[in-house]
Amino acid sequence: MTATTASSNAGATATPHAGPTAPGAGSTVTDGPAPASGSTLRWAIADTATIAGRTLRHWARQPGVFALNLLFPVFTLVMFGYLFGGAMTVPGGGDYREFLVPGVLGLSVLFGIEATVLGVVTDASKGVTDRLRSLPMSGTAVVAGRAVADMISATLGLAALVLAGLAVGWRWHEGTGQVAAALGLFLLLRFAFVWVGIYLGLVLKTPEAAMVVQILVWPLGFVSSGFTSPEDMPGWLGAIAEWNPVSSTITAARELFGNPGVAQGGSWIAENAQLMAIVWPLVLVAVFLPLAARRYRDLRR
Amino acid sequence: MGRTGPVVEAEGLHKRYGETAALDGLDLVVHEGSVTALIGPNGAGKTTAVRVLTTLLRPDGGRATVDGFDVVRDGSAVRARIGLVGQSTSVDEVLGGRQNLVMFGRLHHLSRRDARARADELLARFGLAEAGGKAISTYSGGMRRRLDLAASLIRAPRVLFLDEPTTGLDPAGRSEVWGAVRSLVAEGTTVLLTTQYLEEVDQLAHAVHLVDHGRVVAEGSPDDLKSRIGGDRIDVVVEAPDDVPAAAVAVGRATGAEIEVVPDDRRVSAPVTDRMTALAAVVTALRDADVPAEDITVRRPTLDEVFLHLTAHQEVPA
Repeated sequence: MTATTASSNAGATATPHAGPTAPGAGSTVTDGPAPASGSTLRWAIADTATIAGRTLRHWARQPGVFALNLLFPVFTLVMFGYLFGGAMTVPGGGDYREFLVPGVLGLSVLFGIEATVLGVVTDASKGVTDRLRSLPMSGTAVVAGRAVADMISATLGLAALVLAGLAVGWRWHEGTGQVAAALGLFLLLRFAFVWVGIYLGLVLKTPEAAMVVQILVWPLGFVSSGFTSPEDMPGWLGAIAEWNPVSSTITAARELFGNPGVAQGGSWIAENAQLMAIVWPLVLVAVFLPLAARRYRDLRR
Repeated sequence: MGRTGPVVEAEGLHKRYGETAALDGLDLVVHEGSVTALIGPNGAGKTTAVRVLTTLLRPDGGRATVDGFDVVRDGSAVRARIGLVGQSTSVDEVLGGRQNLVMFGRLHHLSRRDARARADELLARFGLAEAGGKAISTYSGGMRRRLDLAASLIRAPRVLFLDEPTTGLDPAGRSEVWGAVRSLVAEGTTVLLTTQYLEEVDQLAHAVHLVDHGRVVAEGSPDDLKSRIGGDRIDVVVEAPDDVPAAAVAVGRATGAEIEVVPDDRRVSAPVTDRMTALAAVVTALRDADVPAEDITVRRPTLDEVFLHLTAHQEVPA
């Protein structure tokens, strides 16, 4: 994309920058444009770090908001675990809370889309995106920075949930390798949702329109294997739940954690959860990353 | 600051959205060290022109250069040479003023140390040093706009684009921004601004381009444009409404020109060629007719009058 070639243009080559100057500095106002020293890639990485750092600074300035975002999935876990837990049965038997924790992990990953979409539409509607686009920075970094920040946020979110899960009695029963793999699958899915979210944010443009996403993630979260077994749902709904990408990751995680609720002799999609927990996110990335990149370029239209 | 060659040149810019031509052959030249204003009604194409010149939007036709670099082919070179203050405050609302400026400094590829030093310098310069640590969401409209300006000046831009810099500001905020822009201009910054406020043009601009239906329909200095609708006018406001007819006769006789009467304002107005002669003649005529005047002024037409005049007579070619 053309926007990625910031500072790579030969015409942009400038003498090395000798410190901050500008009108008003009163001294060397002759200072020219941003330097083109170093490679485009190096600047793309530096710019990505700056943009991602911006989100981290938001957390530091609004610790309450940040804590609430971390705690929301924890509330969900506690609510389902204690409030509804007694009435729930786990297919094939087992402790409901052991069944529930991978489900809530999946739900938190899914709800992460909201944060991505909201971040993108807020920047677009406040003119921040346009300002960034008018800077001699890497265009890729504008979206890549968002992706990095969201992945850091997702990692912290998963960590908080794992701790909360341990506190309510959830345990894993397999080796650390499997546990790491399960958490890795959640992060992979979140990575795919980052691109879905960036694309949707660029399409929806305003916070008002982004409400649609906030509403639609709910059925997507609950029509899954997260809280109840798809086998217990009406046939058509169960089929949708099984083919929900979130379900594959949740089921795969249950297998890797050694948690209950993994159906035996179920449908093909349920039997191949670990495979699909990799295939689904890759497919989503393959579809939505190019769409998001194109949409970003088309802001110039 | 002497004005020299063009920094921005646009020729025949076209931009179409469906059936609407946002830009329809817009030509523009901005000279170094000048403040050039694009004025025009809403939807005239002012903002679209700025978005094309700042590489945010690709034109459908025509060409434009900034500091010699083509806005389409050499976008990154153009971006390295401009500052843009968009219509809305486009800084991060959650972060503090200083954090914003450091971040934009980093995105301009200043070192961490330089970015911090530059941020402090700009905060001091725009009177925001004390507010630097506070979140933008606590800033007044004028403060936000000044921070916006500061963020556009991280590196001395060859041209500063201001898209309706004072829209939505109260009078105090407006004069804050005007003061900031004036001091930049005094130091030689070239500015291209869009505005709907003719007062802003009078306050800031050296050159005016009147934009309507996506192209420039008139251009010149504010004074040039004012001269276009017939030079100076004399206004007489009488004390008593009953005196208006007598005043009309007196002013008509004194100026020998076609007069305009606004009874509600108790005002009689006429175009004049020589200010002093006309003023003396009108005063004498009013005294002879024994009509007490509350106010007599000789003035240039306002840009509002120019604006209405020029856009009203604009013919749309088939």
